[in-house]
Amino acid sequence: MVTATEKKLLMKGNEAVGEGAMIAGCRHYFGYPITPQNELTAYMSRRMMDVGGTFIQSESELAAINMVLGAAAAGARAMTSSSSPGISLMQEGISYMAGQQLPAVIVNVARGGPGLGSIGPAQSDYFQAVRSGGHGDYHCLVLAPSTVQEMMDFTILAFDLADRYRNPALVLTDGLLGQMMEPVVLRQPDQRKPIDKPWALTGCKGRGPREIKSLYLDLDLHEAFNQCLQEKYARITQAERRCEHFMTDGAKVLLVAYGIAARICKAAVVTARSNGQAVGLFRPITLFPYPTPELQQAARGIQAVLVVEMSCGQMVEDVRLALGSTVPVSFYGRSGGNVVVTEDVLAQVQELL
Amino acid sequence: MKTVFARPESMKSTPMHYCSGCGHGIVHRLIAEVIDELGIRERTVCVAPVGCAVTAYNYFNFDVCEAPHGRTPCVATGIKRVHPGNLVFSYQGDGDLAAIGTAEIIHSANRGELITAIFVNNGTYGMTGGQMAPTTLLKQKTATTHMGRDAKLAGYPIKISEMLAVTPGSAYIVRGSVHSPKNILKAKRYIRTAFQTQLDGLGFSLVEVLSSCPVNWRITPTQSNRYIDEVVTKEYPLGIIKDVSKPADAT
Repeated sequence: MVTATEKKLLMKGNEAVGEGAMIAGCRHYFGYPITPQNELTAYMSRRMMDVGGTFIQSESELAAINMVLGAAAAGARAMTSSSSPGISLMQEGISYMAGQQLPAVIVNVARGGPGLGSIGPAQSDYFQAVRSGGHGDYHCLVLAPSTVQEMMDFTILAFDLADRYRNPALVLTDGLLGQMMEPVVLRQPDQRKPIDKPWALTGCKGRGPREIKSLYLDLDLHEAFNQCLQEKYARITQAERRCEHFMTDGAKVLLVAYGIAARICKAAVVTARSNGQAVGLFRPITLFPYPTPELQQAARGIQAVLVVEMSCGQMVEDVRLALGSTVPVSFYGRSGGNVVVTEDVLAQVQELL
Repeated sequence: MKTVFARPESMKSTPMHYCSGCGHGIVHRLIAEVIDELGIRERTVCVAPVGCAVTAYNYFNFDVCEAPHGRTPCVATGIKRVHPGNLVFSYQGDGDLAAIGTAEIIHSANRGELITAIFVNNGTYGMTGGQMAPTTLLKQKTATTHMGRDAKLAGYPIKISEMLAVTPGSAYIVRGSVHSPKNILKAKRYIRTAFQTQLDGLGFSLVEVLSSCPVNWRITPTQSNRYIDEVVTKEYPLGIIKDVSKPADAT
């Protein structure tokens, strides 16, 4: 509901992410150009100039993520963004930040892969995002928007979750949402006091020295630390699962999709329902933590599940892990930067009804 | 009774893990003395490297951040941009700064980033067991150059400080050494000037410190100091390479 004080703007998805970061109080952005997220880097360079924040166009994605690491260690809300090949380069820094328990936001406006791939939109970075893209036992929080409004809202949420759990948070989106224009309600900056960071490196005035590190040369200490991380991930899994049920009441076929693919599936569900077909959609919003119990609940009494992705089949593995043999799970996907279209989803649904 | 020599406040009372004859302990102490003298311990942040000095936070009595190998100046950049009033320095070895982190140090210098790099050059990878570094001298035997470094196979010793001096973003670039008391005192003056350069906002500063690694060089500490004096300084001449606070002909 838009109130009189709220402002509605026509924005590109990439710009909505940028403005979301500004609303969240991010004043340190570091990035390197890559298609299809270039509007975001350009937007941040202008907005940081407006507010006297920091914008650095780094010499590489490696440099960008490590500037984020430094700014996060210093206690600031820091962010970078890139697209698939650049996100691969950032995995080193993300692994360190997970080990150092540093909060930061990383936005992946994904494109086709592997390798240089294509500049078309894709969802083929799911595994990299939700498992641990870099080395070691860790997870990032992963949020998957499916509208331009959510590009803004989930970026703000990502900063909050990152700070709350001292953990890197990823916004996993794609080139289509990044380039798409839609009306967006500008959110109001949070007036609450920023979260205390009693670990941040500020200079040791009036206190003992602090260190931020991920190195544990004692093997047992290292294992104990890894267990602490696992306990944190369990807390996150308990408290932060998010999902959307769309026309799932009485559904016989349940579509499962996230991000832009979920948006396309919604159109397929509306069409199917208007034809009297019992089809619904379950949309994971958090990809880590994965809304497994909610999916299990939604799949009760369902005849068939169809997972739709713009990849060769990645999230479908988590759906199968969640549902086991309780219901048949099939997959429909496009890759290489191609977009799933409603008609093709409907054709797949016909075969299952 | 007057105290004439004590542990600087900027150092913790912790035994160091460094090998006998290693220069890291001396460089750590020089940094700590300078920070005490400048009275800036409570606003100093160090970024430690991957390598022998990875646990610098065990020794420095101020805030220290770990960085991925070679990304040290980027982490320092992030910290400095958040706390511009702090003294932020990266402590890096030759593998960290002159091999894996070459892009990072060049672009930090080129941005005129207001950080200081303390660059400890001992011509080898100490922690991993004495492999060839980019700074390894020609004919020098290492774990990965058994017959001595051959330029045809492994290129030449890289003079990264001279390379960094070329960019207008760097304000103070200097090479010192810790192989003799005279040079140790001089190195301390260099470190002090580099930190002052940062505090004065003049630009990027770097102090390269020639240092020994007797264990991996397979000679004694005394022989190592002589080797620096007689051989290493011929490849890497000591002195101020660039100082924007002084006219060119005075340096």
